[in-house]
Amino acid sequence: MSPAILEVKGLEAWYGPVQALHGVDFEVEDGGVTAVLGANGAGKTTILRALSGLIRRSGDIRFRGRPIGALATEDIARLGIAHVPDGRGTFTDLTVEENLRLGAYVRADRQAVRADFDRVFGLFPRLAERRRQQAGTLSGGEQQMLAIARALLMRPSLLMLDEPSFGLAPLVVAEIFRALGGINRDEGVSLLIVEQNASLALDLADHAVLIETGGVALSGPSRAIRDDDAVRRAYLGY
Amino acid sequence: MAGRNGASQIVVALAVAVFALCFPFFASGYHLYQGAQVLILAIALLGLNLLTGFNGQISLGHGAFFAIGGYGTAILITKFGLPYWAAIPLASVVCFGAGFLFGFPALRFGGLYLALATFALAVATPQMLVYKGFDAYTGGAMGLQLSKPHAPFGLPLSADQWLYLFCLAFAAALYWAASNLVRGRVGRALIAIRDQPIAAETMGVDAPLFKTTCFGVSALYAGVAGGLSAIVVGFVSPESFGLPLSLAFLVGLVVGGLASLGGMLFGALFIEFVPNIADQLTVSFGESAKALPGAVYGVLLILVMAVAPLGVAGAVKAAAGAARRAFSSSR
Amino acid sequence: MAEFLHLLASGLALGGVYAIMALALVMIYQATQLINFAQGEMAMFSTYVAWKLMDSGWPYWRAFAATVIVSFIGGVIIERVVVRPFARAPILTSVIVFIGLAFIFNALAGYLYGYSVTSFDSPFGGRPLFGSGYMSPHEAGAVLVSLCVLAVVYAFFRFTPLGLAMRAAAQNPVSSRLVGIRVGWMLALGWGLAAAIGSIAGMMAAPIVYLDPNMMFGILLYAFAGAVLGGIDNPFGAAFGGFAVGVMENLVGAYVVGPEVKLSVALAIIIAVLVWRPSGLFGRRLVARV
Repeated sequence: MSPAILEVKGLEAWYGPVQALHGVDFEVEDGGVTAVLGANGAGKTTILRALSGLIRRSGDIRFRGRPIGALATEDIARLGIAHVPDGRGTFTDLTVEENLRLGAYVRADRQAVRADFDRVFGLFPRLAERRRQQAGTLSGGEQQMLAIARALLMRPSLLMLDEPSFGLAPLVVAEIFRALGGINRDEGVSLLIVEQNASLALDLADHAVLIETGGVALSGPSRAIRDDDAVRRAYLGY
Repeated sequence: MAGRNGASQIVVALAVAVFALCFPFFASGYHLYQGAQVLILAIALLGLNLLTGFNGQISLGHGAFFAIGGYGTAILITKFGLPYWAAIPLASVVCFGAGFLFGFPALRFGGLYLALATFALAVATPQMLVYKGFDAYTGGAMGLQLSKPHAPFGLPLSADQWLYLFCLAFAAALYWAASNLVRGRVGRALIAIRDQPIAAETMGVDAPLFKTTCFGVSALYAGVAGGLSAIVVGFVSPESFGLPLSLAFLVGLVVGGLASLGGMLFGALFIEFVPNIADQLTVSFGESAKALPGAVYGVLLILVMAVAPLGVAGAVKAAAGAARRAFSSSR
Repeated sequence: MAEFLHLLASGLALGGVYAIMALALVMIYQATQLINFAQGEMAMFSTYVAWKLMDSGWPYWRAFAATVIVSFIGGVIIERVVVRPFARAPILTSVIVFIGLAFIFNALAGYLYGYSVTSFDSPFGGRPLFGSGYMSPHEAGAVLVSLCVLAVVYAFFRFTPLGLAMRAAAQNPVSSRLVGIRVGWMLALGWGLAAAIGSIAGMMAAPIVYLDPNMMFGILLYAFAGAVLGGIDNPFGAAFGGFAVGVMENLVGAYVVGPEVKLSVALAIIIAVLVWRPSGLFGRRLVARV
């Protein structure tokens, strides 16, 4: 079992006065893929927002052993955690190229950045075609690719994705998940994926965490969860 | 608790009223003049508070309506021969109309843009008053002179005393009207529109009608104040109605207390006496003391927003509440 | 005809000043959704700083450069100290705070430099340009400087990483944070930049309208009109609006309503645009209502 790149213990989070997470514990293996599953409103997106410091949170959160629970969002990002938010968060008024350049904003290694641009365009050729297009005019799938590409340009060690399949056609989703699998295998980027589409996520992940009303209902190796009919039917509806 | 709160408020109000009524009988002519000015400013501030404090529509241009009231009154008196006590109400009705009409485009603007548009109004007003085409009526850059009215019916009052009481009557009546408005259905509608415009509309409040009417009423108050000012001061001229006047109103409103009618008296005292004190200081400190009102206004605006957003009135209420709690807990 | 050309030329000169101020206003608006009512007074104060430096013997362009730098720093400080604490406050609060700032700068200028109207030198010399009397050297210089400022600002935002980061921070602060941009500092830089270019506007305007603490009220109003006309969320639309307002002010003032009521032209433009086409000529978003 590799060491954990992300350790979360007792994570609580609030939207204003309303508490949305009530003590969540889980880990992401270094180089592994963890899926966060659960029904709508269970608190999956909240977890990622809390980890990125976008909402009020408390608890013991460690990235590579270093506590990050009190850091500002931009500092967390600079540590090597890339968060692709729900809704993609692309800069819709900027071009594809500018979106990508923003991903590399904090990096100083120009050569490596150029190489990464090539890699990313190789992974998502459609983005290369639409390089100078305004991001807001891209299709949903292309925007998702753009969001992931931008995150990759940060050279993250941990990539967190919020519902990457949302609103996308199955073929596009398959393409994206293939790419994610490649990123994880070939470059060792750890993945933390929040997904509604449980079967897709379980196929990709080594580990899964099931969230219910702001707390962890179940967690374990994804294969076990996938193969356990009772659990699947009870928690994942299929 | 409420009873005690209400009782202390009534005591304060009575004390103020008694003082205000007795004032003309022990104050000098100049102090009466200042007293009248304070009442005039308080009336204008009441109007602005209705619009901005209670209804949330930001106006940086109420000096314009003050000007319409002032010039309207002066023109009616000098060019049409109306007596002053008829000219003021008539000019105020015109102001209501102007405010109501301005309220229509204001509906489209929304918060910040309304502030922008009223700012433009304030800056443009002195120039518009000097417009050659209106010279015959407005007296151009020289403005218009008015003679001071004397007490009617041979009452044993000096002109200053009479004018002060005349202003006091208007102030009392308009305060009473505003107070009733705010406490009733209309007031609740205005506040609802300010805080939750969508919810208010879905509950059947005709927001556009309320907002434009509120603008009209607010302008009416400013117009009454302007008209009173014209006869108390004895003349109207374009420079007195520019941006500094509108901004002074804003200061008086904020310092006195947004959405506090009683606070407007304090606001009026503030904007009347701070420049006054500064003027006196120029004797000792020279020209640079002219900068004092602006500095005080600026610092206070920011300070009030940071520390006591509801102005002096809010601070007093908070202090009174704390004192009351301390009192009752010590029993 | 000669009169017309002259009006056009001086309209463009002041229009350049309005264009720069409008640009400053729009920069802050894009980043914060707020209109900086104190922009004019800040520019006026900067102009006094320049005047003071020149009065102490500094050559023009050195004083100019120093003023721009000092204004930039001042803008950053103001954002951090005065504006930041009110970041989440309602609109009325922000308006009041900005008016408060305006009062303070106005009073400071009056206190430090007095209330008498002063003349302010132009760096552009006395020889008329184009061998004619249509455009004074300063007017031509002012137009040139305005265009330079617009070009430099455009290039900065379009081609530099920092400019890109500032644009991103203005458009989408959350996503910007997620890529590591320190959004707070981007705001401060935006204010600094706005203050810097405002100071240039003041220094270009002063030789024309003369230096006194109240010189910028009218100019600010015209800049507002230009920004609204061009589109308050489009920097270069706003700059175009500034030039347009400058020319319109002169032409309408001379041929239609008379020069004493020129300010009402600005008022009319503002109201007309906000009523009929709130997003201005080039603005993209419709004005948010809700």
